[in-house]
Amino acid sequence: MIKMRTLTAVMSGLLAATAATAVLAGGPVDEALIIDGETEITTRTAAPEGHPFDELISGWHYRTDETRALQADSFQNPGMLYVERGEEIWNTADGAAGKSCADCHGDASESMKGVGAAYPKWDAASNRPVNIELQIDACRKNNMQAEPYKFDAADQKALTTYIRHQSQGMPVGIDLSQGEMQSWWDNGKDLYYTRTGQLNLSCANCHEENNGNYIRADHLSQGNVNGFPTYRLKQSEMVSLHNRFRGCIRDTRAEFPAAFSDELMALEVYVTWRGTGLAVETPAVRQ
Amino acid sequence: MTKSLIYSLAVATMALGGTALAETIAPDAVEIVDMEVNASITGSAGNATDGRDAFADRKKGNCLACHANSDLKEQLFHGEVGPSLDGAADRWNEAQLRAIVIDSKQVFGEQTVMPGFYSLNVGINVAEDFKGTTILTAEEVEDVVAYLMTLKDN
Ligand code: HEC
Ligand code: HEC
Repeated sequence: MIKMRTLTAVMSGLLAATAATAVLAGGPVDEALIIDGETEITTRTAAPEGHPFDELISGWHYRTDETRALQADSFQNPGMLYVERGEEIWNTADGAAGKSCADCHGDASESMKGVGAAYPKWDAASNRPVNIELQIDACRKNNMQAEPYKFDAADQKALTTYIRHQSQGMPVGIDLSQGEMQSWWDNGKDLYYTRTGQLNLSCANCHEENNGNYIRADHLSQGNVNGFPTYRLKQSEMVSLHNRFRGCIRDTRAEFPAAFSDELMALEVYVTWRGTGLAVETPAVRQ
Repeated sequence: MTKSLIYSLAVATMALGGTALAETIAPDAVEIVDMEVNASITGSAGNATDGRDAFADRKKGNCLACHANSDLKEQLFHGEVGPSLDGAADRWNEAQLRAIVIDSKQVFGEQTVMPGFYSLNVGINVAEDFKGTTILTAEEVEDVVAYLMTLKDN
């Protein structure tokens, strides 16, 4: 690796002179994320016990100067439009019961503070872990008599973004002692290390063994979930976590599991744990 | 040699009852011995110019995803997951390079992240479109090998 980096550096020097090729130099940047000059976000932290890494690093550190700057300024962060839209939905009655989220939960900045940092969590009623999206659907069905959202419906993404945003800056920490969370964690871990598709790659091949390296034009991060839903510049829209998982799996040339399937919920439990202690960034900005 | 010439030669050989003419070896029939595949898996030499294209093509080798290569500096982005391939032909002979491209796991070990480009030993849940297929065709493998043989520093 060292040899390679030197070589890359030499190459970059040559190329910078001719300006023929983008200069790639891997590794996370050494900077701090402070939103609007006020809210300091924990983007690096010591890993919990039993973690393969010593230090956990947010995907923010692997993005370009421009992308990082967009996230540090909430007026410029395009994800904030979804937060605003989410607030509208929060306050709007829907379904046969004629209720809004606010009718039951009041002011989200109080009632939802910290909620997004602690999901997914065990749900005794469905006997499986639920994430924010599934919790919203449960409320819509049981309390509002409204239809659950279709996966990745614009309103689902906006409301999820709004709820998670209420925990911005708070450390991610899920409770594995509830129900059968531990066995879902185990399954998620198995999946994380299972190679899929014709390219025969696991999550760990890219995000554990190669974070900090470029894979063609993409700068591989640790693949943490603390910024989700994230605003992706490439797609000019919010991207949900299960959409991101499916994209990564598809890129190995494998069939991808359905959103909220047992496989992706197990992955969500495990990968969320892998980011324990990083602050919620929602809405993060990624390339 | 044109395809029709090969075809008529093959027919002639069969008609004469002679020894079978070399033909494309199927992925599960390729034998990697001591990290080498000695003979061309198509029976003919690859084309280095086509190999250069397949090397860079994101839908084919996409080798640049993981490897830097100064010979392709006109391409914008080169990956850092594997070592630079500058001078690869000084480090490996043709039979070894062929084995690496066909099934790198049999050269570097099961743990390598490098995919096998002409191997059916793949991950689970392969997408329908790719089931039973290899990333590169036998001809493309030989083209890429011919191209790799041009990557010499000395
Ligand atoms: C072939 C390489 C590859 C594989 C395999 C892969 N990913 Fe990714 N993943 C990427 C790239 C490239 C990105 C975008 C850059 C980054 O943040 O790493 C990404 C991004 C992510 C992100 C977003 C990180 C952020 O900060 O926004 C998550 C989460 C993620 N991957 C999880 C996974 C999981 C879980 C798996 C396995 C099911 C997986 N990835 C498999 C290449 C891969
Ligand atoms: C997903 C990543 C990846 C891709 C794609 C990839 N490789 Fe590799 N390659 C590696 C890694 C990693 C190594 C180093 C061996 C190891 O550590 O497992 C390697 C090693 C090699 C080597 C030996 C390098 C040396 O100089 O010692 C050659 C030759 C090679 N690859 C050729 C190719 C070719 C040709 C392609 C495309 C057809 C390709 N690779 C695609 C990851 C990759």
